[in-house]
Amino acid sequence: MSREEPQGRSGSLVPRAHLSLLRQIGRLGAENAALSLSFLLGRKGELKISQVLPLHFNEITEYLGGAEERVVTVFARFEGNISGNMLYVLHEEDARGIIASLSDDGGEGEFSEMELSLMQEVGNILIGSYITALSDFLALELKSSVPALAVDMAGAILSFSLSEIGRSGDTAIVMSGGLSIEGKGASGHLFLLPDPQSLEKIFEIMGFPANGNS
Amino acid sequence: MATLRVGIAEAGVVRAPGTITTLGLGSCVGVTLYDEKKGMGGMVHVMLPFTELARGGDFNRSKFADSAIPDLMKKMVSLGADQRRLKAKLAGGAQMFSLGGTGDSLLKIGLRNVEACRKALLELNIPILAEDTGGSRGRTVELFTETGLLEVRAIGKEKRFI
Repeated sequence: MSREEPQGRSGSLVPRAHLSLLRQIGRLGAENAALSLSFLLGRKGELKISQVLPLHFNEITEYLGGAEERVVTVFARFEGNISGNMLYVLHEEDARGIIASLSDDGGEGEFSEMELSLMQEVGNILIGSYITALSDFLALELKSSVPALAVDMAGAILSFSLSEIGRSGDTAIVMSGGLSIEGKGASGHLFLLPDPQSLEKIFEIMGFPANGNS
Repeated sequence: MATLRVGIAEAGVVRAPGTITTLGLGSCVGVTLYDEKKGMGGMVHVMLPFTELARGGDFNRSKFADSAIPDLMKKMVSLGADQRRLKAKLAGGAQMFSLGGTGDSLLKIGLRNVEACRKALLELNIPILAEDTGGSRGRTVELFTETGLLEVRAIGKEKRFI
């Protein structure tokens, strides 16, 4: 079965300057989240890699090591002047690393209720920091839902998170930030998936012409 | 034995002894149609319930239950399947997160997908032999064209055949 090139209709043919703007915003949000992680763990948190890419849905579900890769995810929907989904996604071993830094837990086997609520709280704080940076930068009021947690297949979690974007096309602008903790290694990925109309709104606010070649 | 992998909002058809699979269904629904006599199986990975939800001009018909399922049926008939022999199975349509109160319509997209798939199949007079839908877990499914069995795998659960 042929797969479409990652340049469907909506939000994907974004001019380079617009993508650079999103990169700047994404970096700002993720750096603020990394700062929160530092405070939380008492170690230096860093933004290792920050990317903004238009990706086909099937590339997105492969992003974290395959659609069936088991991941811990904290999900929040944000609404207001702009809307979208925000996720904090970690491979299981990275989640265990964070749990171990914050408590005496972090062993093998299934996550305990305590461990899961700890991860939910960490996700809550990181997503909150990211959204705050975003809303400060854009001077917009954004409201985030109370984040929810799931431990499941990456494909199942990401494809659900793309359903709203799916109404407009088969690609999404994925703003991702990979976090790490000094001496601990990888500490999860933040994903911002703005709704397509919100991308246009961001460009408008920042004075970037809608279909500009700037 | 060849296995055809179907991605999000994609469809495919295989013949025995091939199998057809899709990975990591969350709120999406994997719909399979099977013609036992021909040993032909089709699958589509439905993401949204109705084409009326599409924004903008043309859209990917394999994404929406109400266009994807009739298209898959037509494709199989054009390849020699008999519409009257087709039997359907469904898996997926989970609610991956629960967010106390807010964002309900978004979170219930899985349920709406399942209902739209049932409706589309009913309109085509295609019986649903089995379902593994709803709940809160992601699923991977694989249809075996030699038997018509659909394997369903979920994290933390025994794999099962429906």
